[in-house]
Amino acid sequence: MSALFVLICVSIVVAIGFLAAFIWSVRSGQYDDDYTPSVRMLFENKTPSKENKSIKK
Amino acid sequence: MQLNYQKQKVENQIQCYHCGEPVNVTPIIFDQKDFCCDGCKLVYELLNENNLCTYYTLNSTPGIHFNKTIPSERFTYLDNEEVKRKLIHFIEGNEVHVIFYIPKMHCSSCIWLLENLQRLNTGVISSTVNFLKKDVTVVFMDNAVKLSGIVELLTNIGYEPLISLNDLEHKKEKKANKEGIIKIGIAGFCFGNIMMLSFPEYFSLGNFYDQHELKKFFGMINLMLSLPVFFYSASEFFISALKGIRQRFLNIDLPIAFAILITFTRSIFEIISGTGAGYLDSMSGIVFFMLIGRYFQNITYDNLSFERDYKSYFPISVALLKDKKELSIPVSDLKKGDRILVRSNEIIPADSILKSDSTYIDYSFVTGESRPIKKIQGELIYAGGRQLQGAIELDVEKEVSQSYLTRLWNKDSSDVIASDSQSFIHKVSKYFTIALFMIALSGFLYWTFSSDLNRGLNALTAVLIVACPCALLLSATFTNGNMLRIFGRNKFYIKNAMVVEKLAKIDTIVFDKTGTITHGSSVQFIGMQLSKEENAIAASVSSNSLHPLSRKICEHFSSDLNYTVQNFEEIQGKGMKALLNGMHVLMGSEYFVTGNRSTQNSTTSKVFFSLDGNVLGYYSINSSYRTGITDLIKDLSKTYNVHLISGDNDAEKDVLQKIIPFENLHFNQNPEDKLEYIKSLQQTGNKVIMLGDGLNDAGALFQSDVGISVSDDINNFSPSCDVILDGDSFKKIKQLLQFSKSGKNIIFISFVMSILYNLVGIFFAVQGQLSPVIAAILMPASSISIILLTTIASSLFSRKNGL
Repeated sequence: MSALFVLICVSIVVAIGFLAAFIWSVRSGQYDDDYTPSVRMLFENKTPSKENKSIKK
Repeated sequence: MQLNYQKQKVENQIQCYHCGEPVNVTPIIFDQKDFCCDGCKLVYELLNENNLCTYYTLNSTPGIHFNKTIPSERFTYLDNEEVKRKLIHFIEGNEVHVIFYIPKMHCSSCIWLLENLQRLNTGVISSTVNFLKKDVTVVFMDNAVKLSGIVELLTNIGYEPLISLNDLEHKKEKKANKEGIIKIGIAGFCFGNIMMLSFPEYFSLGNFYDQHELKKFFGMINLMLSLPVFFYSASEFFISALKGIRQRFLNIDLPIAFAILITFTRSIFEIISGTGAGYLDSMSGIVFFMLIGRYFQNITYDNLSFERDYKSYFPISVALLKDKKELSIPVSDLKKGDRILVRSNEIIPADSILKSDSTYIDYSFVTGESRPIKKIQGELIYAGGRQLQGAIELDVEKEVSQSYLTRLWNKDSSDVIASDSQSFIHKVSKYFTIALFMIALSGFLYWTFSSDLNRGLNALTAVLIVACPCALLLSATFTNGNMLRIFGRNKFYIKNAMVVEKLAKIDTIVFDKTGTITHGSSVQFIGMQLSKEENAIAASVSSNSLHPLSRKICEHFSSDLNYTVQNFEEIQGKGMKALLNGMHVLMGSEYFVTGNRSTQNSTTSKVFFSLDGNVLGYYSINSSYRTGITDLIKDLSKTYNVHLISGDNDAEKDVLQKIIPFENLHFNQNPEDKLEYIKSLQQTGNKVIMLGDGLNDAGALFQSDVGISVSDDINNFSPSCDVILDGDSFKKIKQLLQFSKSGKNIIFISFVMSILYNLVGIFFAVQGQLSPVIAAILMPASSISIILLTTIASSLFSRKNGL
């Protein structure tokens, strides 16, 4: 029966870990904007160089 | 690209490479690309220089058309320390964080360009866009670039931020929102775990649970889990209930706070004394579900945050002249006797006396009269007019808060405010609260006197928990919240849920004419076929005149103003003469241009046009009705009283008479008349909707039960309206109004349901037969079923109404 005590304590500790993760994710603003990052990741990081541009034309 | 370019040319539909507007006469060609105006070309040049042409490859023609030059001093007020301090979000050393609201943001190209500001100005460190909120957070070095420089840069690439005094006076605390989510999270977490640990109690799992040790252990864990719920998540209920008591008002939070308090103390008592398992599950459940309800309420309220604040309509900074030097000061700092400088197209901020020679003022905001009024030196100019000539100097006569316009906008009838707080929900909940306490107390007293204290306590808590008014509160919140969403999807933006309740009661609709049932104006040339050059000549000549008809023509051909006009002369009331490329141009009234007087009466305005003595014909300028307006009004007349009040003359009486009863048509009304008219309708017991546009209807919009501002550009809202209706959705008005009525039905149905539930629940609870545990299971279950009912029902009704 004492296993039950330990198990419940462990499960609650694990659950609190997830709660902390949730609180952290809210605090760090991950829910503030759920659209722009999806667009932003599609942009090229590099600046197209001058030569590239003239070829494109 | 080359191919594409040729193809476009073949189709004879040349589009501006920057903004996508069709190019009318000769495109401005730069870098083998067509541009409709210099403004667009300049933006392209700027982006091209800085290797930012990815802007054009992400989306075709993403730019924003703007063909105006902005005086560089326009933003200097932003460098005023006081204004700056209010606007800046966060500052650390030289690093400054500012958030700008940019309504023109519309596609991924916009995001890309706005996030690459650091390549246009080295003083910018980074910029981050929140597309949904349409704002951009700019981080820049204060010593490298000024705040006004950032705003100027944004404006030059076509993204002018919207800065109003509202931003300056109260910055929104966004942290509160995050706090709310965390509170819900914690309450939900604790609620779930407490429920799980209470399962043995719910199902009385026989011998297994009889072990005293385990019971005590579960109880202690539950107690610990309930502490953050009670002290953190539920804190706002206690604060609100206390505030209510202090103001001698029994608000809806009071029984909740009371039930939470009673269950909590009783649970602690039971757990510590070992007499029971307590009711912490129900306590955290109440908190959790109430917080979710609040959260939805707040979301719907925040979605539209416009205020009845006159200040957002004035230019927020004024150029003050002091010792022959120009100073930028906030408009609220203006004092009597100050000398101010007002540039062309700026709004006169305060009643003042003209010190320059003469000017033209457009009072269309205030009076609806679109013809500019000439003012000469020494005349008093009222606030709210738009100044049309070059920079003028003025002496301030009255401070902003005292001016005539402010009075018109601030015409708060106190009964409007009073009726706001007396909404349907509030009335019911007040009586509910009182009745609830009476029932709970009498149950408690009855059982106590029958010497059954335990049963009495049981009855008291069970009544308070089972009859928790949250089902009543939630029904309205969720229905209104979902309805606001559905309305918003149909471009009918409502200020708050109270307006939905008011919309359902409406029986009278008052329309304004210009801009409401008419939409823009059409300019048509009647006579000989004009070449593009000839149209451009007419537009160029018109651009010199301030006459509204000239301005209409000018707007119509706005991209073709590429001729220089010489010897321009305007004869008031007749027309204008000019010399252009050696040709004599005459434009104006029929008599002025042709020498004949027409005998026909006409409802349209005509501007005749002749070149070197040859009369080519006339521009017919007509304000056109919105499509389907006749059917719409006829349809509305079946269920509502329809009225029309217009600031214009009665030229179109004959047309309007066919759709609106004659006695309900009123012409030549000034804003005061409109306000009085609405008031008189209300005095005869009518609930009135006013549909109008802009500032000239502000007073009437405010006075009406629901003021709807019809806007074809959604950012041009009026501060006094309750609803902003996009011009495109104008034809849906009937469906929208019907839908608001079904909203009341939904609330009514769910009210009946939750009252039935409450009656049955209280019936058993008062007898002490309902254990608080069962009550605690019933309560969230009923709340959830109400939420589902309202959401599903409102979506069904919207589909039925064709929205």
